[in-house]
Amino acid sequence: MPDEPVFHGAPFLKSLNKGLYEPAGSRSLGESTERSSKHNRAVTAEVPQFQEWRRAANAIKAYTVRNLDKLLVEFERNLTARGVEVLWAADAEEANRHVIDIARRNGVTSVVKGKSMVSEEMELNHHFEAAGIRAVETDLGEYIVQLAGQRPTHIVTPALHLSAEDVGRLFAEKLGEPFSAEHQHLTHVARRHLRNEYLKAEMGMSGVNFGLADTGTLVIVENEGNSGLSCSTPPVHVALMGIEKLLPRIEHLPVFLNLLGRSGTGQKLTTYTHFIQGAAPGRKLYVVIIDNGRSQVLRDSAAHMALYCIRCGACLNACPVYRRAGGWAYGWVYPGPIGAVLVPHLVGLDQAGKLPFASSLCGACGEVCPVKIDIPHQLVHLRHRAVNEPSPMRSWTERLTWTLWSWAMRGPLRYRTAMAAVRLGVRLAPYLPWHPGKLGAWTRARALPKVPGPAFRTWWRRKG
Amino acid sequence: MSTPGEIAPRRDSPPYQPGEPVALFIPCYIDQFYPQIGTATADLLRRHGCPVVFPEKQTCCGQPAFNSGYWDEARGVIRHFARTFADHRWIVCPSGSCTAMCRVFFGHVDPDEQVVDVGRRVFELSEFLVDILGVTDTGACFPHKVALHVGCHGLRELGLSDQPLRLLQSVRELEYVDLPNADECCGFGGTFSVKMPGTSIAMGRTKAENVLRSGAEVVASPDVSCLMHFGGIIARDPAMKHIRTMHLAELLNHHA
Repeated sequence: MPDEPVFHGAPFLKSLNKGLYEPAGSRSLGESTERSSKHNRAVTAEVPQFQEWRRAANAIKAYTVRNLDKLLVEFERNLTARGVEVLWAADAEEANRHVIDIARRNGVTSVVKGKSMVSEEMELNHHFEAAGIRAVETDLGEYIVQLAGQRPTHIVTPALHLSAEDVGRLFAEKLGEPFSAEHQHLTHVARRHLRNEYLKAEMGMSGVNFGLADTGTLVIVENEGNSGLSCSTPPVHVALMGIEKLLPRIEHLPVFLNLLGRSGTGQKLTTYTHFIQGAAPGRKLYVVIIDNGRSQVLRDSAAHMALYCIRCGACLNACPVYRRAGGWAYGWVYPGPIGAVLVPHLVGLDQAGKLPFASSLCGACGEVCPVKIDIPHQLVHLRHRAVNEPSPMRSWTERLTWTLWSWAMRGPLRYRTAMAAVRLGVRLAPYLPWHPGKLGAWTRARALPKVPGPAFRTWWRRKG
Repeated sequence: MSTPGEIAPRRDSPPYQPGEPVALFIPCYIDQFYPQIGTATADLLRRHGCPVVFPEKQTCCGQPAFNSGYWDEARGVIRHFARTFADHRWIVCPSGSCTAMCRVFFGHVDPDEQVVDVGRRVFELSEFLVDILGVTDTGACFPHKVALHVGCHGLRELGLSDQPLRLLQSVRELEYVDLPNADECCGFGGTFSVKMPGTSIAMGRTKAENVLRSGAEVVASPDVSCLMHFGGIIARDPAMKHIRTMHLAELLNHHA
């Protein structure tokens, strides 16, 4: 994979999309995602009621998103009653201000971070650096990409694009460790280095998988124990969450825990499930609740499902485009099918209007989504918006082409005429010195169909 | 709105009565580039007792524009389709993808009840044979090693997989071979194939290699658009020149 492009400030860089057109994903990524996807399917197929769970989760999320305003207020009230300080952030900038401010108020110079995609959205590490605060990622994959100066390529398994050899070389270079590509050895190295960080840090950060509105509970799931340590070792804990991460009541949680582990990593349950209800005595807990474009989804009634996502990564693993393009090609924090659905809402179609087109609409994503987001249908919906609203996909020439096509397809005589032209074009193509545009895109690796004798309709008229 | 993984709605209706006419919907690319699939479809249906008609005003289902985001342009075409097929109770199409457009997506573009209703009367050929006519053995004979590729729209929007498989497996002297990763997309995706050609070709390449690995001499599909794409890759590869692609209807029309 090429060197990671940095995209501080500008959330979406045009050049990053190249990988969607000409795949640049690593072999390691392609193989790992294929393996994960097969594993995921096998594990979910074992559960007879899996489809019922998906329907239930979808219904719970639908209720949550419809009642988000009330539930957020209830959640805040219950958190505050437990002595938690709740901060609201309309965008990444405000969220960063809150976090840096909390760090300054508490005299923090060193931070340990559990995995949080919201933190990636905010480019929080960049802001910590600017504020002179040392921040260390503690999730193994995040730790690796941070050491490498890269970005996650996957929302659950951030270093999926790197092989064990790559990591061994990285640890040798950055940590001065003897080279090894042995998995267990590498995790021991990371653990040894990270342990000191937990003890040094004055502040710990985490994401939130589920916020339970009825009790003001933060639910965090993980496998490595690093999030638990990040939350509980330093005296200050700051949790970051998007506004959509709520569940109305604790009774709604089990179905999601069942789905998330199986769909994300093929586990029946993640190793750790933390329930955090307020801070322990003598400690502080802050919850920063972030919009950062999410309310844009609420404005588009056909798109609400985009907010149901629980960030399991199953659609990434299942997606043949993601497997080849890799995560960075999508240009922002959320790659893969859900990224192509979510990012255009979060950063605007003018920035991310190409993403919904990065799909063959095969539907593998929708098939595996544990909360039944109709991703392929969402993609077509966003395509419709992208060609009608300011976006890189709005084009007068393309509009004209489809207008002419539409005219030609509304009558049999016009159809015959248009098709005669197409047939002539395909017949002449082999004699052309080069193939322009879309024709060239087809013939660079694929033979054109042979033009047969009369069309079916002609045959029908004669003999049918 | 249907969700992937759930079979698309099909109008509840009385079963097919012998003698009821069946209208062919022959998608534009089949009409122009693969007319033999159209004739094979007509032959198959006739052989199983269906009077076949071909409404000559038909053009396209509107899918290319719909998938590209040009819904207003697609709507006009869809309405033309609905007018053309308004009087036909049974509409059969030798493409899973175009059938999915009619049955699943018409309603996304045009909420008009009549339009949606016409869309719901469209059946993919193998689905019509197996589910509606109850035919699983077409009497065909095809002494070759055959793999099956079901296009994604057929597979995931229509829930098609068992029907083409049963039809294939009842063909005499046919040796059915499994395609590795059979349910993975071949990368055609309509305009995706020319909008993101590098990715599309990489996916097609994987499919072609899987066909080669399966040992099949022939790869059959209810969707010739997929075959046009990865068959086009197979046709260019000297190591794969023994592999033929064939629409299911053509194969089912082979007799010893």
